[in-house]
Amino acid sequence: MSAKHGTDTLEHPLEDLIRSDRMPHIWCPGCGIGTAFSACLSAIKAAGLDPDKTVMVSGIGCSGRGAGYANLDSFHTTHGRAIPFATGVKLGNPELNVIVFSGDGDLFAIGGNHFIHAARRNMDLTVICVNNLNYGMTGGQVAATTPSLKRTTTTPSGNSETPFNLPLLAYAAGATHVSRWTILHTRDLTETMKHCILKKGFSFIEVLAPCPVNYGRRNKEGPLETLKTYRDKTIVKNGAPPAEVAIDFKKNIVLGTFVDDDRPSWLDSYNSIYRKEPARDKPA
Amino acid sequence: MTGDEACAEGALAAGCLFFAGYPITPATEIAEVMSSRLPEVGGTFIQMEDEIAAMAAILGAAWTGVKSMTATSGPGFSLMMENIGLGIVTETPCVVANVQRGGPSTGLPTMGAQADMMQARWGSHGHYEVIALAPASPQEAFYQTIEAFNLSEKYRLPVFVMTDEIIGHMSERVVIPEARKIRTVSRPRPKGRKDRFRPYAAGPGLVPPMPSAGDGCRIHITGLTHDERGYPAMTVEAQRDMVTRLVDKIRLNADDIIQTESYLLDDAEVAVVSYGASARTAYAAVEEARRDGIKAGLLRLITVWPFPEKMVRELASRVKGIVTVEINLGQVFLEVDRCSRGGAPSYLVGHPGGTIITPESVMEKIKQAAGMKS
Repeated sequence: MSAKHGTDTLEHPLEDLIRSDRMPHIWCPGCGIGTAFSACLSAIKAAGLDPDKTVMVSGIGCSGRGAGYANLDSFHTTHGRAIPFATGVKLGNPELNVIVFSGDGDLFAIGGNHFIHAARRNMDLTVICVNNLNYGMTGGQVAATTPSLKRTTTTPSGNSETPFNLPLLAYAAGATHVSRWTILHTRDLTETMKHCILKKGFSFIEVLAPCPVNYGRRNKEGPLETLKTYRDKTIVKNGAPPAEVAIDFKKNIVLGTFVDDDRPSWLDSYNSIYRKEPARDKPA
Repeated sequence: MTGDEACAEGALAAGCLFFAGYPITPATEIAEVMSSRLPEVGGTFIQMEDEIAAMAAILGAAWTGVKSMTATSGPGFSLMMENIGLGIVTETPCVVANVQRGGPSTGLPTMGAQADMMQARWGSHGHYEVIALAPASPQEAFYQTIEAFNLSEKYRLPVFVMTDEIIGHMSERVVIPEARKIRTVSRPRPKGRKDRFRPYAAGPGLVPPMPSAGDGCRIHITGLTHDERGYPAMTVEAQRDMVTRLVDKIRLNADDIIQTESYLLDDAEVAVVSYGASARTAYAAVEEARRDGIKAGLLRLITVWPFPEKMVRELASRVKGIVTVEINLGQVFLEVDRCSRGGAPSYLVGHPGGTIITPESVMEKIKQAAGMKS
């Protein structure tokens, strides 16, 4: 990951947080996961976390490969199970900062049940969902996030179902932070990730990311077009009611922080009721 | 106390500090005891949204250096199989108690069986070896749960305590010794430089040292086939090296792992092989046979997996017949039969579940094996 310029060697600014011995990564040209991943590592750095006390947990899929490239204690688990695995890590050692980095298929189809319960419990996790609207790893099948009528390999005539509005789902389940950005909004995304990593409780960030090779190709949407949509069709509305932020690529895509509340984390409540002692997780 | 309660107390005695569970008859009592006892000893209990999550959570906790456990019965055991495979391939120490009930599916929730024995052996996909223990009393549920933790830590894998509704709900006297008299084992820990640590470099002992998240080793752990660094390696060679070692670390240490109890086998002409609740029936039948002048003996399997092949082969070479007693229609029987090939004929006393096997039905087969008309 170092670039040579004459005799000077420039180190990648995230060198210490990347497993450069695993490069090149598997992500396709035009994929947005790498940008979301870089934002996450930058946020870890900006938040001043001790990398030795920071854990990344992923499930399965393209975004699920994130953990494998992070030079942290990192776990690439089973499909959909990153959140309950991360719950065990957090409760096993509450001093650890635990970040779940995974995709929409992993977190919201096969892992949907775990997501809503971790949000309900206000488990102290930061959950980053890279939403590329389809199952990329397996070649582009319909997901719980695929917009209606869009084509995938398993919806050859268009998606007949309705997708989740992820922020609404997260909010309804009890997440204490809910936000959405795209990979084009890297500064906002990184800032939000930093905020969430430092915030106690269950935080959820949806990151819209292009998948030109699978989703884009089948829907006649070139990689640049997707980015133009992110630029032209997005509107930042912090505090927008989650019920009103369902994605409509034709009209607009609402970005921003929709929820940022405080209530006791799972461990705070457990410790106060079962241990009669102050919370052991992140110091305020 | 009951077998379920004794199992929970055994876990605490072994040093368990994390339990993630989901209610299911007839295993719920284990979770109930853990929910009140764990916070008293500085541990954590959480009831998850399903057994898939419970199994995932105990793996995560195990990677922070904490001894962890879950308990379930058939339907929950089925749901755990996915992450049991992850536990096997990532070499994560933890304990899973399965208080068996009648199946398939929802089956007989309140009534016992021993029909998940092959599921314990082969329930997750891929080729691997497991360790499964089968306590035959509440007292043994206490001790074998401790042993399950010790073996899981020593060999780094999920270890099964395959009890059943009969043992789980049976009340007997259980003696809990002083803590200093209980032998507990902890996983091998890494030494040397953290930045050069290779999490799956096992060496001749076949069991690699295990760091915890937060130790500074910056490990990567994956369910994909991986190399010594823990990195995904999609090659035939990496698959061969990894799977062979996972299998060998159990197979080559079978003598260290396997525990059995022999009763009146020295001069036996008919050997009865059994485990768990059914071993109690088998014991009664052997005693009755002896009173009737039949030289019967009992091989009680405390460890069912890895299967005590050597002992069964040796028995088959010198007795007239081997009778396997279990509450299913032939699971461990298949292994006994395989190992008796070329030796004594083997017989099964089994039924599909819901009640114990009676000594009379075992007696009938003992007589048949001894060459007597029943």
